[in-house]
Amino acid sequence: MALFLCGSLTKLAYYSTVQHKVAKVRSFDHSGKDTEPDHEPPYEISVQEEVTARLHFIKFENTYIEACLDFIKDHLVNTETKVIQATGGGAYKFKDLIEEKLQLKVDKEDVMTCLIKGCNFVLKNIPHEAFMYQKDSNPEFRFQTNHPNIFPYLLVNIGSGVSIVKVETEDRFEWVGGSSIGGGTFWGLGALLTKTKKFDELLHLASKGQHANVDMLVQDIYGGAHQTLGLSGNLIASSFGKSATADREFSKEDMAKSLLHMISNDIGQLACLYATLHGLDRVYFGGFFIRGHPVTMRTITYSINFFSKGEVQALFLRHEGYLGAIGAFLKGAEQDNPNQYSWGENYAGSSGLMSTAPELCLAQRTRSGTFDLLEMDRLERPLVSLPLLQDPSSYVPDTVDLTDDALARKYWLTCFEEALDGVVKRAVASQPESVDAVERAEKFRQKYWSKLQTLRQQPFAYGTLTVRSLLDTREHCLNEFSFPDPYSKVKQQENGLALKCFQSVTRSLDALGWEERQLALVKGLLAGNVFDWGAKAVSDVLESDPRFGFEEAKRKLQERPWLVDSYSEWLQRLKGPPHKCALIFADNSGIDIILGVFPFVRELLFRGTEVILACNSGPALNDVTYGESLIVAERIAAMDPIVHSALQEEKLLLVQTGSSSPCLDLSRLDQGLAVLVRERGADLVVIEGMGRAVHTNYHAALRCESLKLAVVKNAWLAERLGGRLFSVIFKYEVPAQ
Amino acid sequence: MLKLVGVGGGQNWACSVAGTGPRGEEEAAFEVSRPGDQREAGRRGPGWGCAEIPSSAPEAEMLRAGAAGSPRGGQGVGEVGESAGEGEERPARHPPAPALRLLSRKQRGGSEERKTSEHDLQGGRLSRSPRAAPPALGMGDRGAQPERPAAHSPGAAAGTGVAAVNGLLHNGFHQPPIQQQLFCRQGSASGGDAAPPRPLLLPELQPPPLLPQHDSPAKKCRLRRRMDSGKKNRPPFPWFGMDIGGTLVKLVYFEPKDITAEEEQEEVENLKSIRKYLTSNTAYGKTGIRDVHLELKNLTMCGRKGNLHFIRFPTCAMHRFIQMGSEKNFSSLHTTLCATGGGAFKFEEDFRMIADLQLHKLDELDCLIQGLLYVDSVGFNGKPECYYFENPTNPELCQKKPYCLDNPYPMLLVNMGSGVSILAVYSKDNYKRVTGTSLGGGTFLGLCCLLTGCETFEEALEMAAKGDSTNVDKLVKDIYGGDYERFGLQGSAVASSFGNMMSKEKRDSISKEDLARATLVTITNNIGSIARMCALNEKIDRVVFVGNFLRINMVSMKLLAYAMDFWSKGQLKALFLEHEGYFGAVGALLELFKMTDEQ
Repeated sequence: MALFLCGSLTKLAYYSTVQHKVAKVRSFDHSGKDTEPDHEPPYEISVQEEVTARLHFIKFENTYIEACLDFIKDHLVNTETKVIQATGGGAYKFKDLIEEKLQLKVDKEDVMTCLIKGCNFVLKNIPHEAFMYQKDSNPEFRFQTNHPNIFPYLLVNIGSGVSIVKVETEDRFEWVGGSSIGGGTFWGLGALLTKTKKFDELLHLASKGQHANVDMLVQDIYGGAHQTLGLSGNLIASSFGKSATADREFSKEDMAKSLLHMISNDIGQLACLYATLHGLDRVYFGGFFIRGHPVTMRTITYSINFFSKGEVQALFLRHEGYLGAIGAFLKGAEQDNPNQYSWGENYAGSSGLMSTAPELCLAQRTRSGTFDLLEMDRLERPLVSLPLLQDPSSYVPDTVDLTDDALARKYWLTCFEEALDGVVKRAVASQPESVDAVERAEKFRQKYWSKLQTLRQQPFAYGTLTVRSLLDTREHCLNEFSFPDPYSKVKQQENGLALKCFQSVTRSLDALGWEERQLALVKGLLAGNVFDWGAKAVSDVLESDPRFGFEEAKRKLQERPWLVDSYSEWLQRLKGPPHKCALIFADNSGIDIILGVFPFVRELLFRGTEVILACNSGPALNDVTYGESLIVAERIAAMDPIVHSALQEEKLLLVQTGSSSPCLDLSRLDQGLAVLVRERGADLVVIEGMGRAVHTNYHAALRCESLKLAVVKNAWLAERLGGRLFSVIFKYEVPAQ
Repeated sequence: MLKLVGVGGGQNWACSVAGTGPRGEEEAAFEVSRPGDQREAGRRGPGWGCAEIPSSAPEAEMLRAGAAGSPRGGQGVGEVGESAGEGEERPARHPPAPALRLLSRKQRGGSEERKTSEHDLQGGRLSRSPRAAPPALGMGDRGAQPERPAAHSPGAAAGTGVAAVNGLLHNGFHQPPIQQQLFCRQGSASGGDAAPPRPLLLPELQPPPLLPQHDSPAKKCRLRRRMDSGKKNRPPFPWFGMDIGGTLVKLVYFEPKDITAEEEQEEVENLKSIRKYLTSNTAYGKTGIRDVHLELKNLTMCGRKGNLHFIRFPTCAMHRFIQMGSEKNFSSLHTTLCATGGGAFKFEEDFRMIADLQLHKLDELDCLIQGLLYVDSVGFNGKPECYYFENPTNPELCQKKPYCLDNPYPMLLVNMGSGVSILAVYSKDNYKRVTGTSLGGGTFLGLCCLLTGCETFEEALEMAAKGDSTNVDKLVKDIYGGDYERFGLQGSAVASSFGNMMSKEKRDSISKEDLARATLVTITNNIGSIARMCALNEKIDRVVFVGNFLRINMVSMKLLAYAMDFWSKGQLKALFLEHEGYFGAVGALLELFKMTDEQ
């Protein structure tokens, strides 16, 4: 547990183990296959309690320090915590109170060390953590994709004063300079000048003022001639230069504005000078002066642009306020080495970034100021970039940025709202034996609905808004209310049905000539992909007619030429030498994986290509999970000698992606997968499904051949892409030499 | 070319002419001051023995034209120094052309230029301080004409100062002795005897040549210019240089002390009254003040001996000043006034409309640098202009010490007026504006007025001197209980300026003096911090602080000296100059001489 106590806010970081339910699948112990009755499911599902680690970060106002300590005390029951890490200026001030109240020893940690540890942590683990602020653009936030190498950078922490730190590695950083003109100067001087006590109120005053009434501008000195001299007349020549007179009164607003400009410009200038001196172009700003205040982000950004002539970027962090607490926690937990794990932000338990509209934001801040949350789940396994990405630093998983694209945003938010009833229904149905399922499902509905409403107001709340983040948020919310896998039964049933058809499908494929067979395999892949519970159009059909078959799906497919059609090139390629190793990202359970993917895998194996089949680590919609894929493969191996021997000889390898998302972020994949890809020299990547190949990765550039295929099961998206419902995307790409 | 010829004659007036026949000199200057009367004035100078010039041998005439017309001939005219290749942000507008360039006129490279300038400056040092040694008589290239009579030879040492006048004219420095080589070469080139040239009388004392009636129009024009230059090369009195800043107007006024009785008699009444008014008072109106202690005495400028006065008044009184100029009929004396600073642009129209005065607007950074170099070169009445603080980190031992700025480049020049400009100066005409900050003297005064209700800079400083900023500022130890060892910060370092004022109790108990002090310390340290970063980025280790923010402001000077030394671990040196805020105005005055010359 760790505390970050600064001037007015206390940030608490604690580590908890969270028990939540997970759906596990397990094969029945069959003594003889032929005794298996037709109605029996292929495997059993059990819901188990699983313990995962979660980091919690909570923000309290210092006035509520006692409440905060009570909160901590409550959470300390049954723990063996003896020491609490505290950092920030307040650690010094509140040390005695904390020790007395909690009966814990307070370990004071160095503030800057904590801030930097925290900064490294969020930059590494939270996608879209850093953003640029752009005044007057919509949205005002421009998020940065996570750079695989976050170092070196400059951290400018604007608290009471300013500290400028150059961070070179995880453990190496250097205080390169600072300034005493910081947030405390704005606050202290502002309070003297305007008789306004609160920092937020000062900012509010500043946002309404006209600094030109107080500042001496270039045009005040040069008159109108500044234009002919190529000077910008609005530049401030002397801050407060006009106030050196006794015969004028100045408004509070104007003085606050002038003060804000003075301080922001000064900090920006110094930051640029230090960035130049150390040859750095990434400068992160933090500290209470910044902390989500659009006014200060705006003036700092302006100043940095002005003084660096656009060469240095002012970057801000979504979770800036938590850096110290995160760092203090990491420091305290060093023996566990949290850095060896990957972490994921739990959207369900985190409050988002604040809006920038000053009026709105003031109201929100008073509400959230006392209680603001961030939760990070420790992931089972470390995540890394796919080694086959052409340029990991410029890879952006998502195809459409909904923060940017207002039209698409509106559509998708509505789409997710409309689908919510169905999801709730499905969630309840998945736990028929549970007494409180309806109640929990209702809570889920409320939570997800409110998230969607937040996102309508503030699309940037969790970083760049994408279809993926909407899907992930829904999964997180479902998990939050103990619906670990609402589709487990559906998947089980579908897998059972599909397994029964496997042999007849492979037999009919084998009967075809080579060329016909290749097309049939691809069509099978695509047809299987129609079975996607995520898409409303399909779930409608499936709900009303569960026997909706594979053949019917094939008939629904668009005839060639497809919307995107490089099948001929692919066929041509198949006539050449076999690939060494194919990495396949599977999509849905049931017909998709069993009748679509496995026959395709079988053909590749037959050609002499090794196959790595990657499935999700955890459940998402009806996507096939790693656990399910193991059982399915086992069952198919029992029927098919090619798959059987491939599994035996490790020519067919089943791995997990490390993800529980219906989409795919190739920069956050299970390390084991990455190792295998490298070891086997994968030279073909097959990405299947709308979530993985269209919503994400449609533009992903790989260093090897790739096949992206999907059926567009959303009428709006199909139209946007220039096609109709059930249009086919078949994108075969060969990297440029 | 023609221009150069004309200028060639004109340069001489800037030399030190301590021993020149005063009568002619004064008279020439005097007459020029009467517009439209120049021809007469020139003709009226009998007995100067120069009437022969127009009738001099044609080849001599050609020689002159040729010599002066060469790219670097005679002296630097404005465009000479405007090298396009320097690539600096702000190339000097009118960099003086060192005479040395005469020898290297075909090599106009950027680096060449820079080197040259330094040499030139050093050359200037060799012959500087005209008070100490009898000044050399300046001679233009006309000196190359052996046939010219040396009627008013003042007996100064020949050779040394011939072209040095150029330097003094344009940049306040004498020319290096190397000029003599040129002189000799010219002499032999002219086909005349190779004997060392004799000292000649000052060209401005020479009556203009009669215009030959039969020459070609081009030649006529050329002759006309030469003739005019002979008359115009010294600007008419009064001599002012003005720097109109955001807060203060800085005015320098040259009071000639070598006025002859005859001259005095001819001096028009309002010129006399201006002189008397300015020199007999130390305060003008409610706000105008003459900094008597800064007066440069017995200075020779543009061939005249006198005192340079330093006057300032608030920019808000500018309109009254213009009104006064109008009432005193200033325009009858002078058609142009050299002015720099933003106000030169802002008030240009008012000067013209109200006072019928045409401002000659000048770039403020050019003026600043030329003025600074000039004042430093002439010294402060025998004392050095530049100083530093010894032991800046030890308050007990810290004391002011003279500093020799003979070799000033490169220097970081921090001009602290209402706002702050920071320049990197590599040579006298090669510099760039590195950056600036709006937190300057105007901020100090503006905030002090708001916080304490004071009204003047003096009042603010007086309060600041009595205050204690540590009551206002949050120190490192206030936050960490002591030093912040992780980053090597002392507990006594300021962590947050005005940081204690976040607390209401402390706000309620703070004194005005403490607030004034904190404001001063905050602004000063911030400038120091930015200057230090610029010095590091520009790899310059001398930082010269100027500007009126430092006037009577020992607190800031010592803080800056401390900050430069402490944070750089002794690598950086803070330098200061006695005439801290007046260099722009001096630079403008120097431009007046040059401008007249260029006409």
